Order: sequence, then C-alpha cells, then structure tokens
Amino acid sequence: MLTNTNHPDTWLEPRKEGLYCVPADAYIDAMQPHTRVIVTHGHADHARGGHGTVWATSPTLDIMRIRYGDAHATKTRALEYGQRINIGIVEPVYLTFHPAGHILGSAQVLLEYRDARVVITGDYKRTPDPSCVPFTAIPCDVFITEATFALPVFKHPTLISQIDRLLTSLSRFPGRCHLIGVYALGKCQRVLLGLRAAGYTKPIYVHGAMLKLIELYTEHGFDFGSIIPVTEVTDKHTLRGHIVLAPPSALHDRWSRRLPDVLTVGASGWMQVRARAKQKGVELPLVISDHCDWEELLESIQEVNPCEVWVTHGREDALIHACQQLGYTARALRLIGYDEDSES
Amino acid sequence: MKRVAELFDALYFTQSHKSKSHLLREYLATAPDPERGYVIAMLAGELNFKYFKRNTIKQLMLERVDETLFALSYDYIGEMSETVAHLWPSLPDEDFVAPLFDEVVEFVQSHNKADIDTFLVRCLNNFSPSIRWSFIKIGTGGLRVGLSARRLKQVLAEYGNCDVAEIEQLWHGISPPYLELFAWLEGRSEKPDIRDKIVFHPVMLAHPLLADDIAKIDLSQYIAEYKYDGIRIQVVNKPLGKALFSRTGDDISHSFPDVLPLLDTYGVFDAELLAFDKAGDISTFNQLQQRLNKKKPSRQLQNDIPCGLVIYDVLEHNGEDVTQKPLFERQSLLRELYAVSRERVQLSNTFSINDVEALHSQREQACLIQDGLVEGLMLKKADSPYIPGRPKGIWYKFKRDPKLVDAVVMYAQRGHGKRSSFYSDFTFGLWTDVAGETRLLPIGKAYSGFTDAELKELDKWVRKHTIGRFGPVKEVEKTLVFEVAFDGAHGSNRHKSGVALRFPRVNRIRWDKPAIEADTLSEFKRSFLS
Ligand SMILES: [Zn+2]
Ligand SMILES: [Zn+2]
Repeated sequence: MLTNTNHPDTWLEPRKEGLYCVPADAYIDAMQPHTRVIVTHGHADHARGGHGTVWATSPTLDIMRIRYGDAHATKTRALEYGQRINIGIVEPVYLTFHPAGHILGSAQVLLEYRDARVVITGDYKRTPDPSCVPFTAIPCDVFITEATFALPVFKHPTLISQIDRLLTSLSRFPGRCHLIGVYALGKCQRVLLGLRAAGYTKPIYVHGAMLKLIELYTEHGFDFGSIIPVTEVTDKHTLRGHIVLAPPSALHDRWSRRLPDVLTVGASGWMQVRARAKQKGVELPLVISDHCDWEELLESIQEVNPCEVWVTHGREDALIHACQQLGYTARALRLIGYDEDSES
Repeated sequence: MKRVAELFDALYFTQSHKSKSHLLREYLATAPDPERGYVIAMLAGELNFKYFKRNTIKQLMLERVDETLFALSYDYIGEMSETVAHLWPSLPDEDFVAPLFDEVVEFVQSHNKADIDTFLVRCLNNFSPSIRWSFIKIGTGGLRVGLSARRLKQVLAEYGNCDVAEIEQLWHGISPPYLELFAWLEGRSEKPDIRDKIVFHPVMLAHPLLADDIAKIDLSQYIAEYKYDGIRIQVVNKPLGKALFSRTGDDISHSFPDVLPLLDTYGVFDAELLAFDKAGDISTFNQLQQRLNKKKPSRQLQNDIPCGLVIYDVLEHNGEDVTQKPLFERQSLLRELYAVSRERVQLSNTFSINDVEALHSQREQACLIQDGLVEGLMLKKADSPYIPGRPKGIWYKFKRDPKLVDAVVMYAQRGHGKRSSFYSDFTFGLWTDVAGETRLLPIGKAYSGFTDAELKELDKWVRKHTIGRFGPVKEVEKTLVFEVAFDGAHGSNRHKSGVALRFPRVNRIRWDKPAIEADTLSEFKRSFLS
C-alpha cells in the first residue's frame, strides 16, 4: 500500500547522475562515479567504471571487469536472482534482482521500503532469447519501465523469422560476404545462438572486438560452435558466402573494405524503420531487438498491474497515453544520460 | 502484389545505381504486361487515383487507431505509408486471394469510393507489413527508391538498347501501362508516333555560373539574355490544340486561361510566364505570385493581373523538330516568327558580353530593373543544339547574390523521409519590440543548406536545448543564430511578423554569434521591403 510516508516520490529522486534511492544512499545505473551503485546490466549506458560499492548479478560484474578492468569498483556484491538483502542506511531498504530477459545477467531491480515496492526494469524484453534468463513479472506498487520502442508501430518479429531471412539471402547471394553489424554484448551472442539453432553449422567469422565477450558467454556455458576471428583468415576472398559479425561502427570503416563483395546487414529494433536502415547503409535490415515492443510493454504493465507507472528511457508520451487509457496513473521520469536513440 | 513488393523493397535497400538498374531490368525481362508498365509508371510518379490517396489511407487508419498514438507514431516514423504499414491491425481472412499489382491499379481506377475503401481495407487486413508499405505507396505516391525519372528512362533505354533521348522524347506522348513502348523496346513493333499529340517536351536546364566557370569559359561564344523572375513554362501549340506546361511537365493551361489565346504561332516554345500590368509591361514576381496555385482564377483576377510570356527558344515549328539546330539559328527563326509584336507576348532580348568586367556590370544593371523583375543573366552557347536535361557547359544562369539575414532559431521539427530521424526543419525569427519588450517573431522556415555533419550537430543541439513541446514541434532556447540566405521578401498576413521569404535556406550556422546580435525586424523591413 502506498501512503504519504512510503510513496516512492518521497524516497526515489531522478538526479542528473541517475535514479537515486535516498534511504539506501544508492544510485541505480549511475552515469558518474558514486560510492554506492546498483547496476541493472552491463551495457555502457547503464554500467560505468569507477564506483565504490557495486551491487549487480555476477555475470554483470564479469562484464564490467572485462570492460573496465578488475579495479572497476572498490567493492562488488554479486547477487543471485531472487536473493534479498538489506542495503538501507538507517531503516531497511531491501534490494532483490529479478531476470529482465535483455542480455546475460540483466536484472530488474526490486526495492522495498516501508512496505512500498518499486520495480525498476532497466532494459527488458519478452521475446524468447536463448542467451539469457527470461523476464519475470514482479508485483509492485510503482513500475518504472523503459520505453525504447514505445510506439504502436514497433512490432518485433521472432528471432527465427529474421535468421531465416538472413539464411535466404545467403543462398540467393552465395558470392557475397554477409557482414552483420551487432553490439558486442548481447546482440552478438543472440545472433550466433539463433544461427546455430537454425542449423547453420559453418564457421562464423568475427571482428576482434567481439572475442572477449564471446569467450565470457562460453565460460557461462553457451556453445557457439566454430568461431574464427577475421584476422586469422589470410585469404579474405574465402569469406564470400560466409557470415561475419562486427560492431556497427565497423560496418563502413577501413576494416570492412578488406572483405569481398560485402552485403551489409543490420540487426536491431531500429531496422524496422526503413529510412534509418537506409541511412546506415544497410541492405538487409533484420529486426532483432533486445527491448520490448509496444505490445510487450503493455502486456508487461498489465501483468505486473502496479498502482503507478513511471516511464523513462525513450518515447514516454505514447506509453503514458496508453497507460492512462488502461486506467493506470502514469508519468514520465526524465533521466539524463541515456542515449534515446541507441539500443543498448 | 508480392513480386512487386519484393522489387520495391530490393530497390529501396540496394545501394548502388548499377545494382538498382540491374534489378529493374531483370524484373522487366521476366514480369508480364500490364504489370511492368504500371510499375514503371509508379516509379516515375505517374500513377494518381481519385479515390486512393494519402488521405484515404489516413482516414481508414484513424478509424482503427487512437488519434494521439497515430500522431506520435507518424511524427516518429516521418512517413505515412510506413506508419500505416506497421500500425494497421492484422486481420487475415481465409478466402482472401491477394490481387496482382495491375489488378490493384485497375480496380482503383474503375470503382467508386465505397468499393475502393472496402477493397483497400480487405487488402490491408491480409497483407504483411512489408507488402502493405508497397501497397499503400500505390496510392500515396512518393515511392523514393533512388531512381530519378531520368535514371528510370536510362534503365528503359538500356533495356531496349536505344538512346535515352528517344525515350525522353516519347515519354510525354505515351501513357501507362506503356504497352506500345515495351513492344518497340523489345523489337516487336515500330516506334510509337507522337508527333500530333499535345505533349510536353523535356526541357533543357542551366547550371549556376560559378567563379571557376567564369575563368574557364570563352564569353565570345555565348549569347546573353535576361533571366526573368517568373516561372519557366513550355508552350505547345498544334493544329489539334494548345497547352502550357510547367518545367516538370504538368499541364497548367487551366491556371492561365488568359495566356492561351495569346498563342497563334504553331510550334513548341520555351518561355517565361510573367505578370503584366495594364499598360502591357512586365510586372513584378509579387504580382505573379497572386496568380500561382490558383486552379481557376476569377475573371476579376485575370483582369487585375493579366499574365503573358517572354519567349526565348523554339523546339519545334510546323511539325519540324529544330532542337538539333544551333541556338543562333533557333533564335533567328524566333525573330521571324515573332516579327510582329503581340499583346503580352515578347521576345527575349539577346546581347553579347565582351569580358568578365562587362559580365558583372551587366548583371548588376539587369538586377536594377524594377523591383527584382530580372534576377540575373542567362549565358547560352551560340552553336549548341537544344539538349534536354542539364548538360554541362552550355547554359548558365548568373543570378544576383542571395540576400542574407541573421535570424534566431525558435522551433525545430523532425524532417521527413530520409531525414526523419533528425531535427532538420527549423523556424527562425527576428527581434522586435512588442509593448516595450524585446521578443522574437518568426519570419520563415528552412529545411535545407546543411551538410550531413551539420544536421547531426543541430540534432544534438535541439535535443539538449528543448524548452517546450507542441506536438511534434519542439521549442528551443533562443540562443542559436542562422545566417539565412533568401531570394526575396514580401509582405504577408500569414505571419505575425508581416513578412515572408522566398526560397529561404541556411547559408551558415553561426555557432559563434550571440543571439542578441541577430537582426531586428525593423532593420529587415527597411532593407528588403520597399
Ligand atoms: Zn539501455
Ligand atoms: Zn541495455
């Protein structure tokens, strides 16, 4: 029950460094170094180096170590999903992580203070992803949801359907090297697993920047089959008709010019917007998103069924409008620092 | 429909012109008539249906979706067909048989509004989003796949192994689905004969004369003319009828019923359409403007602001094509044909220019002619034939320098199409005193003049400096100055500032200039409105 003394308005503050929990003196996904920080997942617009104490799941801490070195924080506390601990300074504030289904280790943050329950989703999705634990709906009073793809035009197809389109293109253009732009963390591994699940057994070639994180996933028990760094291929012409994964930034730089007859493939939720795909020079846009689409957002909100919905991180207006029509109290929580057009 | 949707998708995402051309020729070789003809017509932007338009689709969509959500989606996507393609609720029915592309075209050409609405809804219910996109484009037009009309004709020429000039010449004399064109391109019949038809002939266009051109060209080989500030038109007068065409080939005869009777010489002529005054002299562009975009001008308006022509080239006379004759011969033919002076029909004066100094002084003098009536000089190579398109080094326009004003950015909006992910449409204003308070009043909007890098920077700037929103429009901090170039200014009741600009574009972004040093409205009016 929300009352005057426990309403999250009184103890959660949107600050310029990130969302701040007053009675725990802790930020969630702080953008600047702070003494106490809860991190939802390893993407760079959520996890930064240089904090004091960091609470996160252990895969997220592994990712942070790879990205920012062993000394990325003074003290780390690894939590299992569902493990409940008190991080309050005077009165108890209970912190629990629950799966967000976004990438390996990604978590929703449940904070409980004076019987008020707040869930901060971080980034999340509901479509099946073989590379992480699926999202679970956690009952709460205030649901703070992301809104990256919060417009009814966004309808994310299944991973399988998009992998199918890629394989069809490979057989139609067997002479062309299919270069896919993917984020090194999450998207890369999801596409690899999707290809293997579809029965694609040939070696898959990757940009050097992908290797460490692929290795980390392997340590966490994932099997990607034969992965070969492009640098180890001496005759690049043998890459015709093969799949190469690289960070989106490498799609059009000098690195990719060594590849033979490239067919540029994009893999992101934004690929649904034609003009965007075209602007990025993508010839085969695959709509593979690690965020909720419109229906998933609305379904999640109704499933969680909170008293209030706070919307952040994207296209707030539409989601707030739709929540209000469904009878929820909804408002925007404007946090600075998130790149509203990136998808990580 | 599926085959065509796949073609449009492939053309849209393919990068190189070579591959686009290859894709299209492959399609032409395998697709049947009349489908391929309608596809060509659609790519050329020549399909137009009375009951299947952008607004038809929008209305049908609004019956099915919350208005606010539609508006937010449209604002974000920046394009109607794609917005609807994704928003439309999928409601497949079992006995739906997808129509072929040409069946769609012929259905919407031949049915009434109610039947067409039902047909559209059923198709949209059953199609996938990507087919929906192509399907909606049939009605909304604006299918931009990176094939200009010119390039499309080149592809046809390659397909039929002929010269693109032949296609250009035929183009306005034939109509979709172009059965006789394909028959000729494939060697199954003679070239279509269009000599007697009242059709538009592709026009020749000029390049701006730049500093390095001036250094390069031999002025003695060029003939100069005034560049009048009117609208470029083509006059076609044949025994079977007459017509006025805009430079893009639209028949605009109905807008100028007072001009048609002035034509009494058979032929095809290039001319400038201008407003005239009661004394029979050429009047200003501001006068002409009141005649533009009027589909059916009233008698009163025709009487108050009559229009007429300055003729400067001839493409055809008495059924004879004269485009291959050199300019000086075409000009002497014109002088013969128009030896007797006519009411509101003048012949463009030609003169020679001796050197660079004279070039500049002549332009300056020309631009002094009343109230910007002449906006510069044309230079045309004396021995050149009439070549449709924009050939290099033959025709130049030497316009007066644009006017400049420093204005403050006030509002920003996302662009459309290719620029839909950027804030690229800007409203700017000038300082003025309102009841003792210094405020900005908007004087115009600019969409162009930016490099891609500048667009990105501006986009970032808008996101950081937004102070308010009105639907898709963002109000920004009044701190950024644009140096805006424009061709002219005139009084207007549409804006609170009382002025409107002709062809405003951003000349420079003045990141360095404090907004308070931008220009004031009163200075502006003193300098540019007389
Ligand atoms: Zn994120
Ligand atoms: Zn993320």
